[in-house]
Amino acid sequence: MSQAVATAHAEVDSYESPLTPESWSKLAMWIFLAGDAMSFGGLLAAYGALRFGSPNWPQPSHVLGIAMTGFMTFLLICSSVTMVKGLAAIQDGEPKRMCMFLGLTILGGITFLGMQAFEWTHLIHEGLGLTQNPWGASQFGTTFFMTTGFHGCHVFGGVVYLSTILIRGLRGKFSRTNYSAVETAGLYWHFVDLVWILVFTFVYLI
Amino acid sequence: MDEATRRKEHFQDEHVTTLHPNYMGVFWWLLALTILELICGTMPTGPTYPYFAKVVLLVSMAVSKAALVALYFMHLKFEVRTLGIIALTPMFLCAFFLFMLFPDSANR
Repeated sequence: MSQAVATAHAEVDSYESPLTPESWSKLAMWIFLAGDAMSFGGLLAAYGALRFGSPNWPQPSHVLGIAMTGFMTFLLICSSVTMVKGLAAIQDGEPKRMCMFLGLTILGGITFLGMQAFEWTHLIHEGLGLTQNPWGASQFGTTFFMTTGFHGCHVFGGVVYLSTILIRGLRGKFSRTNYSAVETAGLYWHFVDLVWILVFTFVYLI
Repeated sequence: MDEATRRKEHFQDEHVTTLHPNYMGVFWWLLALTILELICGTMPTGPTYPYFAKVVLLVSMAVSKAALVALYFMHLKFEVRTLGIIALTPMFLCAFFLFMLFPDSANR
């Protein structure tokens, strides 16, 4: 797989882009994301430890809607693609195309949040809560709502963040030489996607 | 002018058309891995498909997907090494958390 991807990317300039004052926001975002990754890491590690030590942990695929969350994963992957396409558009000097892709990314995020709200409502009606679980260990509800809720807050934050970038884009604030804010917002959005890939595997599939 | 300086000037020239990674290629890999994950995750475990194999398969696919997102969508593959080190640090710490927690949860 890596060979195929590497071949596809062979034409990309492999020169390492330098850290300049213009890209300090990118460095700051990476440092923030590293801290945020540790928060998610702590949550997932706690989930693993509680599950490993609990004899009556329910099988997530029997309790949670895997097909729907699979679609939610697909949605976030698509929104990541529209985000990079938006960045590529402004790098090519096409601000209108960038705004269209940013709009699609925001739409993807809002749809994801709507589906998560639907899933939560359904599970709460089934009896799952922070301290109760009709299918076994009560910690299942605690860890499920904490982890997916923390991620959902990040998606909501990302939608707000990208909306401000879109408004600035519509006002013509970005060009092919001035797009670092779009790139930094993109880093945040891809991180949200990356974390969901791990949450989906650890909380829903394993 | 050496090769590194020439490439740097080429990179910084705003009039040069920017070459983008093959984002759609990465998307198809992510989609294929997600479908495989769904198949592996919903298949019932048993003697022919032990739970341990399921966990190893799913974690491998999730890590591969996360790496694709970080390397190509977040452009880590094309960035300075410092950013890569910043990105890798929490992963080592998370692995450390897990190893510290497992003995406790195993004794419960």
